Amino acid sequence: MKYIDEYRDAALAKKLAAEIHRITTRPWTIMEVCGGQTHAIVRFGIDELLPAQITLIHGPGCPVCVTPIEIIDKAIAIAARKDVIFTSFGDMLRVPGSSSDLLSVKAKGGDVRIVYSPLDAVKLAAQNPSKEVVFFGVGFETTAPATAMAVYQAKQRGLRNFSMLISHVLVPPAIEAVLSSPQSRIQAFLAAGHVCTVMGYEEYIPLAAKYRVPIVVTGFEPLDILQGVLMCVRQLETGRAKVENQYSRSVRAEGNRPAQEIMTRVFEVIPRKWRGVGEIPRSGLGFREAYGDFDAERRFQLEDQAVNEPADCLSGLVLQGLIKPAACPAFGTRCTPEHPLGATMVSSEGACAAYYRYRRPQPA
Amino acid sequence: MCLAVPGKIISISGDDPLERTGKVDFGGIAREASLAYVPEARVGDYVIVHVGFALSRVDPDEAAKVFEHLREMGELSELNESNEPDSVGPPTIPERRARE
Ligand code: SF4
Repeated sequence: MKYIDEYRDAALAKKLAAEIHRITTRPWTIMEVCGGQTHAIVRFGIDELLPAQITLIHGPGCPVCVTPIEIIDKAIAIAARKDVIFTSFGDMLRVPGSSSDLLSVKAKGGDVRIVYSPLDAVKLAAQNPSKEVVFFGVGFETTAPATAMAVYQAKQRGLRNFSMLISHVLVPPAIEAVLSSPQSRIQAFLAAGHVCTVMGYEEYIPLAAKYRVPIVVTGFEPLDILQGVLMCVRQLETGRAKVENQYSRSVRAEGNRPAQEIMTRVFEVIPRKWRGVGEIPRSGLGFREAYGDFDAERRFQLEDQAVNEPADCLSGLVLQGLIKPAACPAFGTRCTPEHPLGATMVSSEGACAAYYRYRRPQPA
Repeated sequence: MCLAVPGKIISISGDDPLERTGKVDFGGIAREASLAYVPEARVGDYVIVHVGFALSRVDPDEAAKVFEHLREMGELSELNESNEPDSVGPPTIPERRARE
C-alpha cells in the first residue's frame, strides 16, 4: 500500500541503521511516547538494528493502558444497565476493572457493542430513541476530534439519549511528568506523529528548551522510526535540544485547526488520573459546562470509588519506562492476553502485549 | 484503536462542511470516513484516517523527503555505489511472526 510499503524497505532501513551506528559515540536513552510506535519497534525488531549504546524506552502512550480502573468500573456499571446500549472501541472490552470487564458484562447479556467510529454511536442513538446510548470515549488527542464531533453533532440534532463516558488524556503533560521525575533517564523523545497531526508541535518547543531534550515528531513505519532515532542521535551527539519534525508528510507545525476548534468547543483541559502513573495536572479533557448533559458520569450519577490496582501487576513501572515487560514476574505466566492482569497486556499498543506477541522468551 | 492509517479518497459526498464524508480505500478495503477536518482534501488524495475521521492530507512532496534524505546520505557515504531504486520493488523489513 502506498505510504506504507515504501517505508518498510529493508535496504533503506539498514542504511539508516548504519548511519546511526556511524555517528553514535556514547550511550543514549530515547523514549518513544506512543504505544503504536512501541508496537512497530517490537514487531519489526527495530531496536535490534540499533547500536547497543542506544536504549529505546517505551512510554505511557497507550490510552487503553492508562484509562483509570475507576473509569473501567464505571463503564461496567453503566453497561450492565438494562436501558443502555454501551458502545466502545474493541480494545476496551478486555481491560480488567477491579472485579470484571466489559466482555463479561456482554456475556451476561449486557448490550455492549463495538463501534468503529464515535459517529456510529450517534447513529445508534438516533435509531434507538427508547434506549440510552453511551459511548466510551478514551484516547489521546488523535481520538478527541472524533469524540468531540460526535458530541457536537448529538447536540445539534437534539439527541437526548446519547452520552459519553470520557477519559481523554493529553500527551505533552505526560512527557513533562516523565521528564520532571527524579528517576527519569530519558535524554530524547520521539513524539507521537498522529497526536501532532492534530495538535501540531508548538507545545513541545518550551519543553525541549526547559529540559534540554531533543524532541522529534516521528511517524509509525520502520523508516520513520529509524529516521526519528537518527535525528535524535544527531542532536544528542552535537549537544542540541530542538524540536524537529520527521513526520512532515502528515504533521504541520500548527496541527489541524478545524479539529482543534471542535475539541475546544466541547472539551476543556482538566487534571486526569493515569492508570499506573497517578494524577497528572492539566493532562486530560473533560466536558465544558455547555455540553455537561452529554457527560455519562453525570447522567448516571456515578460516585467516585477509589479502588486498588492488583498488587502483582507492575504496569505502572512499565508505563513509566522503569522496567521492560519481561521483568514482571507475572509476564507470560499468570498474565497473558487471554487472562490479562493489567491493561498493558490487553491493547496491541500496550508494551506487555507487544512483547508477549512478538518477543516471548522461548523455553530453554 | 490508536492506529491511524493512510488511505486514498475514491469519492466524496455531502455539501455541509461538517457532514462531508469520503469513501477511502485502504489497499482494497473501502470505508467511510468523515472529511470534516480536511476541507482541502479532494478525490485522489491520501488521508490519514483514525476512528472514522480523516485527520490530515498526506503531502506527497513532504512524503518524498525521507527518501531524499537517504539519497543524500547514500551519496556521502557510498560515492561509487549506484543508488538506482530497484524497479522490481524492494524487499520490506520482515515482520516478526506473532506467537499465539
Ligand atoms: S505482564 Fe501483566 S501483570 Fe506484569 S506488568 Fe504487564 S500487564 Fe501487569
